[in-house]
Parts: sequence; structure tokens; C-alpha cells
Amino acid sequence: MSELNELYQQLILEHNKSPRNFRVLDRCTHDADGYNPLCGDHYHVWVNVENGVIMDIGFQGNGCAISKSSASMMTAAVKGKSVAEAKALFDTFHAVIMTKIGDEVPDATIEALGSLGALAGVREFPARIKCASLAWHTLVAALNGAGSSISTENNG
Amino acid sequence: MTSTSTAPSFDVGSLRSQFPILGTTVHGRPLVYLDNAATTQKPVAVLESLDDYYRTQNANIHRGVHHLSEVATFEYEKARGKVKNFIGAADVREVVFTRGTTDGINLAAHSYGRKFLTEGDEVIISAMEHHSNIVPWQLVCDERGARLRVIPMNDAGELLMDEFAAMLSARTKLVSVVHVSNSLGTVNPVNEIVTLAHRNGTPVLLDGAQAVAHMPVNVQELDCDLYAFSGHKMFGPTGIGILYGKKDLLERMQPYQGGGDMIRSVTFEKTTFNDLPYRFEAGTPPIAAAIGLGAAVDFIGRVGMSAVRRHEEDLLRYATERLSAVPGLRIIGTAREKAAVVSFVLDHAHPHDIGTILDREGIAVRTGHHCTQPVMQRFDIPATARASFSLYNTREDVDALVKGLAKVREIFA
Repeated sequence: MSELNELYQQLILEHNKSPRNFRVLDRCTHDADGYNPLCGDHYHVWVNVENGVIMDIGFQGNGCAISKSSASMMTAAVKGKSVAEAKALFDTFHAVIMTKIGDEVPDATIEALGSLGALAGVREFPARIKCASLAWHTLVAALNGAGSSISTENNG
Repeated sequence: MTSTSTAPSFDVGSLRSQFPILGTTVHGRPLVYLDNAATTQKPVAVLESLDDYYRTQNANIHRGVHHLSEVATFEYEKARGKVKNFIGAADVREVVFTRGTTDGINLAAHSYGRKFLTEGDEVIISAMEHHSNIVPWQLVCDERGARLRVIPMNDAGELLMDEFAAMLSARTKLVSVVHVSNSLGTVNPVNEIVTLAHRNGTPVLLDGAQAVAHMPVNVQELDCDLYAFSGHKMFGPTGIGILYGKKDLLERMQPYQGGGDMIRSVTFEKTTFNDLPYRFEAGTPPIAAAIGLGAAVDFIGRVGMSAVRRHEEDLLRYATERLSAVPGLRIIGTAREKAAVVSFVLDHAHPHDIGTILDREGIAVRTGHHCTQPVMQRFDIPATARASFSLYNTREDVDALVKGLAKVREIFA
């Protein structure tokens, strides 16, 4: 049960139950749709960027505890950050959850993730990595102005 | 079928011992395999037939005059004969080897649909079809200017037969419905469907993927015109399936893929096609898989399909009773006539999370939309978790599932 406890830790369950920024933005500069056709997880992310800074972010949608808590924690983490900082944070997060089972993740890297580090346990569950990264891919697609929709089957 | 317990002759322990994988562990727990609607496990008899074929019989069929080619051809055709008897077909020429159910339906859509559908015609499917019995018809209907119509269902997951009867008209060129629903477990009233369609002069294709390994199927009694199923869902190998078709219908259909074996003679000016069933079997087929399917048919024959049905009815009753008692659990698909498939959702826990937690207990269930997205839309749910049973499952497997769900509820309390 230890890996399961690691995956479904309190912080994740709490974000799943009461997701932050779970709302539509009335005013936004960027938005995108994210979909995992394999399990049906589906989210929409809205972002309001002013002078290169994410002033506000919201999301709506439906999916498993991992995808929803990851989306919630993402919105809390990137609000107030610059677009460049948000993308760099995703790169770090992505590198951690994609780290092969058995390979060490440096403590400093986990620390850099802050509370997002709670999702590091997902790497023990390869089938669930796409759940953890779905909202992030959607955010990056929105920021890059892809503006349409992304699918986990076209993304790592 | 009124039996309340497993028939005495049905020895599930001895059956289980014939499936090596059932003795393995997953995450340190004994495997509890409840994903049989996706694919079934393989008995030793099938594994040995594959091994034996490649070790001692391997050659291409219908080609050489050499010994091995004759042996391989003989074994391949013997497998076809076994399938013919298994489904009660009138003639071996009515048994076409395919890659699986999806391939069989695509064959029908191409060879029947593209030949007989014209603008304004209609094809009727049902609201509980697998994507493989939706998309091929959408493609051919789009191409031919025909219209796809859908028999609706009620909240239990039963087709509305009055609506079906009202849909039939001179425009209806084909009815293609699932025999047993993979996501709801519903056993459709296929006899009634065939009777109504035939009264309208319309042929019927049945998708039997979830039926053949779970109940006796006799295509002549069903009187269906086409019947498609897969080998791997009935203890056989992947990559092999069957499209049964009445001879006079198959003869009127156009070829599917072109190539070797499906021709009689080829010149650059004109090709004449081979007889049934070879006309629909272009290229070198999966010979070993066909022979393996024959071994699976023999295995099923030794067990007895009526006994399997009784055993699985007992499992369905027990699973329904035990799962219904799990707080917050709702079963999706409550038809009066059901196969041993139980789809469910659980309050506060997404099916995907249920699947991960059960997996750590060694329990394999399917989670997701089960390639039936319209069914999920009909019940307004994103996904379900699904336990689907086979002849080697036991009441203990159901108990393990219920215990695993207690863990899920603990985590998502």
C-alpha cells in the first residue's frame, strides 16, 4: 500500500475534493482544451496574461483524482508567475514525473516544485503519468496560442 | 435457466489449472482477472497448438505441393470446420477468417455497404454499439449518401423495440446490432430483431464478440445473415476472427481486400475471383492463430457452453448482489437479460482511480468508456469501471473485488 499512499496522499485528495481556481474566467487572453481520449479526462484552461505575467487562471472539466488535483495545484502554482517561469516550472515537473522508476530525483528538484512535488509519486504508476500532465499540456498549449485543443495522444 | 448454483459437473478448479496465467501474481498478489470482455486468457491446449504448429507444421497454405504446405492447409481448414460446427453454420464456405470482430464488420461495411447502399438508404444500429459497429457504417454511409439510424435504449440499457419496429422501412438496407453489450452486459433480443428485420426484407449483422464465449450461439437458429466475432475473446489467439455469412449473401457481396488467395486468375486486363470463403481472405492469413482458434473451440466444446452459461449466471447474480451492497456504488446496465458484465460507478472515486487501486490488489478491471462513448453520453457519465467474468472466475474473485473496493472507499472517504 505504500506506493498507493504515496500517490493518493492527503494533499492530492484534498485538491481533488476542493479544486482551486475551478471556474471560468470572464476575461482571458489565452485558453485551450485538453483531452485524454484513452480515459475521457477532459479539461479547459483559461489564462489572463498581462505584461507577460499570469494574472489569473481558471479551469473546468472532469477527470480522475490525479488529473483534477494536478490541474488545481498547477493553477495555484503559476498564478502571479511570468509565462517563462510557468513554462520552466512545467519542464521541471515533467522531468520529475517522467523519471524512470528506480532513478533518483534530486531533493533540490523536488523542493523547487514546492507542493507540486506531492505528485512525484505518479512516476511509480506509468499508466497515470498522462493524468498528471494533462492540465499542464493544456496550459502550455493555451500560452503558445495553439488555442484549439490538445490530446494526450499527441503529447508525452 | 433456473439453476441457483454451479452444475456439479462444472469443476472450476480444474478449469483454472489449465490457464497458466491465473497462477501468476501481480504486485505480489494473486491475479484476479476480471477483464474478460477485453480479452480472455489462454488455456494450455491453445498455447500448445500454437507451439506445435510453429515447431512441426509451419508452411504457407493453399500454395505448395510439398508436405508441410499440405499439413498446414489441412490444419487451417480443419479449424474452419470446427468453427462451422461451433456456431452451427450450414456450410464451411460461410465461415470467413478475419483479423477479428472489427475487421469482420469493416469487411461487411465494404463488401455489402459499398455494393448495396445508395443515396437515401438507411442502416440501423443501436445506442449500445461498440465503436467498431458505428464507425465503419458512418464511413460507408457518408460515402454513399446513406443515413445511419440508431435504436434508442431505456435507463436499464434495453433497446426500445417499438422504436426499432417503427424505424424499419423500404429504405432500410441493413440492421447491424450487438448481440451482447460489452459495456452494459445487455443480451439483446436478437431473435426478435432478426424476425422484424426479415419481415421488412432487411438482412441483419450481429456483433457476437461478447456472446460466443458466454452462451450457446447457433447462427441458423438465430437466422442472422452475418455474424462477426473475435478469437481472442473466446480463449484463442489475437489476430484471428470470424465473419459468418449466409452463402447467398456472401456470394452477392463484392471482394474486400485484393491480393493472393482471393483470386482464381489474374491478367492485367481482368481478374476473376476465387470461391467462398477464399474470396474474402486475401494474402497469407494468420495460419497459426486460426489453428489456435480451432483448439479454443475444442476447449470450449469439452467444457460445454450451457454449463458455462449457468456458471456465469451464478457469478452475475452473486456479483450484482455483493456490489449493490457497496455504499455509493451504482451499477450501469441493469437489463433483465444480462451477460456476466458489471459496469459501475462509485461516489467520490473516478473509475480511473478505482482501476489503479484495484490493480495494486492484483485485480484487473477495465476502466474508461469501453469504446462505447455514446453509451457513456446516454448515461451522462465520463466512464465506468467494469468487471467482466469468464468461465474460470469464481465467487472468491467477486469477494476480492468487493474487498478492493473497500480500499478505494477508504482512500476516497
